[in-house]
Amino acid sequence: MTRVTAARAGMFLRPLATLAGLVVLWWGLGRWGGIPPYMLPPPDAVARALWTGRAQLLPAALTTGEETLLGLALGIGAGSALAVAMALWAPLRRWVMPMVLFSQAVPVFALAPLLVLWFGFGMASKVVMAVLVIFFPVTSALGDGLRQTEAGWMDLARTMGATRLRVLLHVRLPAAMPSFASGVRMATAIAPIGAVVGEWVGASSGLGFLMQTANTRFQTDLMFAALAVLAAMTVLLWWGVDRLLARALYWQPRHEDID
Amino acid sequence: MQAAPALHLEGVGLDFGSAPLFHDLDLKIGGGIMTVLLGASGVGKTSLLRMLGGLAAPDRGCIVAGDGLPLAGRIAWMGQQDLLLPWASIADNVMLGARLRGESPDRARMGHLLDCVGLAAHAAALPATLSGGMRQRAALARVLYEDRPVILMDEPFSALDSVTRARMQDLAGRMLAGRTVVLITHDPLEACRLADSMLLMAGHPATISAIAVPDGQVPRAVDDPSVLATQSALLRRMLQ
Repeated sequence: MTRVTAARAGMFLRPLATLAGLVVLWWGLGRWGGIPPYMLPPPDAVARALWTGRAQLLPAALTTGEETLLGLALGIGAGSALAVAMALWAPLRRWVMPMVLFSQAVPVFALAPLLVLWFGFGMASKVVMAVLVIFFPVTSALGDGLRQTEAGWMDLARTMGATRLRVLLHVRLPAAMPSFASGVRMATAIAPIGAVVGEWVGASSGLGFLMQTANTRFQTDLMFAALAVLAAMTVLLWWGVDRLLARALYWQPRHEDID
Repeated sequence: MQAAPALHLEGVGLDFGSAPLFHDLDLKIGGGIMTVLLGASGVGKTSLLRMLGGLAAPDRGCIVAGDGLPLAGRIAWMGQQDLLLPWASIADNVMLGARLRGESPDRARMGHLLDCVGLAAHAAALPATLSGGMRQRAALARVLYEDRPVILMDEPFSALDSVTRARMQDLAGRMLAGRTVVLITHDPLEACRLADSMLLMAGHPATISAIAVPDGQVPRAVDDPSVLATQSALLRRMLQ
């Protein structure tokens, strides 16, 4: 096995080993910790619930996945557009940024009932919730990246007689991509939270809705199964986005194998 | 290429905070020759170069071309770092100016220039895959692609090892002949090899004095006795 293959295998095996350790701990807590199954169902019960509840879990996961992806696409689009607009026209930043910060100071849980009231029980309110959650990290990360363009490149562009728009397109935006990618990674990890919070407050489908229903019926194993599906979806989504970004940022060295 | 103009500084003043970096500075930089600017760190060499490049405006006085035409659009810049865009290939970096001005890039010209600096085989490579010397050669090709009559260079070879630096000096000396070049350096040997005219900046506010250059054509050989003698004299003077 080459060093690279071994490093790649380790990348997958290490988190799996940690997960296996946590599952054993969880199982031990149920078995010898005296915690009743309705509070902490054992892993095998959750595994059974995953299989028996698949008819509910799969459509719920699809709904949440759809809301998350739509929210992510719209949030990244809107966040990027605002960051670019602020980079092109500095006064906009002074006018708009305090409001963006203000929107982050309001807990999403407090906003969720209002959004359901305004946008209904359907998908729209959950998508808006996801957009609200991820808007700030994207705007902030891309905005920071655009403001921190290497001064030497800006000098060079000026002596070359570049226009502002072309400097933005060919120098500032590509230079801001690593920072933007950090914002997108963060947004990807938290977008499902926005969707699920929306579902929790008022919905007729989705993993959040399923969790809430299972919770009120004391079906803790099904609730755990829904949580496991949500976590798996988030990890998969994050991994996919991370790979895409790594490919898009082909000039950036990756340091994942360096301890 | 257009005719290389002389550069005239007329009563130029520049303040750094409350202290004047330059006060009523008059200077004539010859057209079509390589002028080397020496001086201790912090004396204001880069500030002077930035003013010449239109990247900073003087607080007083003016900088004009000897032919009376505007300087804007007639200057190319080469900095201490290569300033290559890491996401663009060497070819795209060389043609960056065309892309930034919205002109269609001249690939044949780019290929010829990369050939001249010995990088023809690396046109598709990313900057990170090249050595420091190769990256500075690519930066030189980018300057040449601009085909401007005035070239401003701020310690362009300072980060290179001495052998690579000597090779870059040879290349730059040959390729930039006939243009108005202002080169900042800390290296007396580099100054003696490349200068048609040598200026030493000193003091606060800075004053500029001319220094005699060695005999012979630029780029002079590293072991030229006249170069070595001038280098020693120059180093002695800079140490005073």
